[in-house]
Amino acid sequence: MAVQPLVRARDLHVSFVSRDSTVKAVNGIDLDLVEGEVLCILGESGSGKSVTLRALMQLNPKGKTVMSGELNVAGNDMMTISDAKLSAMRGKVVSMIFQEPMTALDPVFTIGQQIGETLMRHEGIGYREAEKKALDLLELVQIPSAKRRLGAYPHELSGGLRQRAMIAMAISCRPKLLLADEPTTALDATVQIQILLLLRRLQQELGMGVVFVTHDLGVAGEIADRIAVMYAGRMVELGSVTDVMAKPLHPYAQGLMGATVHAGNRGKRLTTIPGSPPDLRFPIPGCAFAPRCQYVGDACREHVPDFRYPAEGRAVRCVKAEEVAAA
Amino acid sequence: MSDLEQLPDRGGPAQPLLIVKGLMKHFPIGSIMTGGKQVVRAVDGLDLTIGKRETLGIVGESGCGKSTASRLIMSLIEPTAGEIVFDGDLVGATGGISLKEYRRQVQMVFQDSYSSLNPRLTIEESIAYAPQVHGVSRSKAVERAHDLLEAVGLAPGQYARRFPHELSGGQRQRVNIARALALQPRLIILDEPVSALDKSVEAQVLNLLLDLKEQFGLTYLFISHDLNVVEHVADRVLVMYLGKVAEVGPVGDIFRAPAHPYTRALLASRPSMDPARRRTEPPLRGDPPNPINPPSGCRFRTRCVMARAVCAEKIPPLASEDNAHETACHAVTPNSGYAESERMVA
Repeated sequence: MAVQPLVRARDLHVSFVSRDSTVKAVNGIDLDLVEGEVLCILGESGSGKSVTLRALMQLNPKGKTVMSGELNVAGNDMMTISDAKLSAMRGKVVSMIFQEPMTALDPVFTIGQQIGETLMRHEGIGYREAEKKALDLLELVQIPSAKRRLGAYPHELSGGLRQRAMIAMAISCRPKLLLADEPTTALDATVQIQILLLLRRLQQELGMGVVFVTHDLGVAGEIADRIAVMYAGRMVELGSVTDVMAKPLHPYAQGLMGATVHAGNRGKRLTTIPGSPPDLRFPIPGCAFAPRCQYVGDACREHVPDFRYPAEGRAVRCVKAEEVAAA
Repeated sequence: MSDLEQLPDRGGPAQPLLIVKGLMKHFPIGSIMTGGKQVVRAVDGLDLTIGKRETLGIVGESGCGKSTASRLIMSLIEPTAGEIVFDGDLVGATGGISLKEYRRQVQMVFQDSYSSLNPRLTIEESIAYAPQVHGVSRSKAVERAHDLLEAVGLAPGQYARRFPHELSGGQRQRVNIARALALQPRLIILDEPVSALDKSVEAQVLNLLLDLKEQFGLTYLFISHDLNVVEHVADRVLVMYLGKVAEVGPVGDIFRAPAHPYTRALLASRPSMDPARRRTEPPLRGDPPNPINPPSGCRFRTRCVMARAVCAEKIPPLASEDNAHETACHAVTPNSGYAESERMVA
């Protein structure tokens, strides 16, 4: 039997229902992640990347969220999982780091207490031992003068140190799966690279599977094994980081690459994608990118294109994939 | 006055459009408990010049004072010290240019496109508002607002009567740009104008800004934390660190041959964009220090691999060999005492 994947999603749908409207945030996602793999979900705001990530831990708001499809995380069926099992799993098997550590950490508890709480809850150890382990964790994430920082409150730390503390908390029980929701977006450039390198090292040392959500192609290039590009709630392209960055196949992924300002295109006009991302309250029949796509044809507007597999390990959801690849 | 025209060039091409000298802003933060003496040195002696029709990019990390600098230059906050000379005229001084006239010639675009528009005005009203303050009739101002919407790529028939919440982020930023153009300014301060936008929209807005600069003969002060964006749009670049200028020079020099160790680290912190050549070592450790209590001497010395004893003793002045490219670092300044100084033990 093949190795059980850490994450397996099939035709996953997530919508948010309110009295006024239904927002179809995720419209049928297939996702596989094996242990020790880093998958980056790349997309713009409203593409459904964060909602997908939150669905893996059932963190979308209860009562407003409607999920369908198949979702299995580390052997647990997330569609039917009980609340007790879910809270035993969160922090132990799956944990998450967020974009804004100031709002993700509790302002009235010290860093040491917050890391210790997770350890005591899942490892069944006492306060003393938890504190000792918390200190080791702070050293592992390279927080200078760790002993003093154990007693610090979140507001006493700089942005980079807060993010390190949150990482320490997330990895405290050696989870199999780490979910990262734009963890470096709020950080300065010189701090961002430090955190990315730290995450990469920890991922390799602990052998975690990581799903990393970002809108920044450069960040994905530094950390990912595979990249999944999302647009309007669907995955439009999937492939190894080298393939996708060297030769994107979906017109949206190509456009994104061309629109990213990088060294060497000074003085030239940037190639742009016309228009703006669609409003998910009003679903577009057919390919959601069709209204902005230069290759668009009649078939694109009729139904949602199926995935095509142009090469080993690559998938692209575009009926014109061959034409786009040749361009 | 029935219509606004861009004011004529007074000083000629050799006169820089904007000269800033010794600009300083210290925010008091002390309470009665601490004696009320503590200050945040947000901007601590900033000198810069912007030539006519030039784009000066300011880069730096959060807390380096780049946004405070932009608000000082726009005269939105009072400086602690320093002066601003606009096309040869001292701003706000007798015999110089009045603040009202200065603000007509200098306009600003902010990062947050939503909070910088009045939610209760339609976008044509927002754009036509300032010209009416300056004496243009309502009908003329609205007519011009429509022309400007056209210029920023929003069809007036479709968008003029909409409210800000009915537009996307990219469209709102276009409205902000149109509003900034309404007074026929000569200098536009762009404070992180594309940072809140998605990548595909960012490229559209950057192209638009470059087109408008040509079309209206504008000068830009472009503030951003994104080095790639600054490299793309700027002619000259100024690097700030903790309220002081670390390095300033032509964009090509700064990006190809950075002289200040901080500039080098900042450039090396950019993602490589090539999975085969990933970064292996972070160029800098730690976060920028707190501007309340900045390090003595060179403010970068606490994170600098090249720091020596002299760096803690003397503040390095901005110096250069050829005037165009200036660096505030003892290590690259001759006779600074750096060569004889002892290495700092990290």
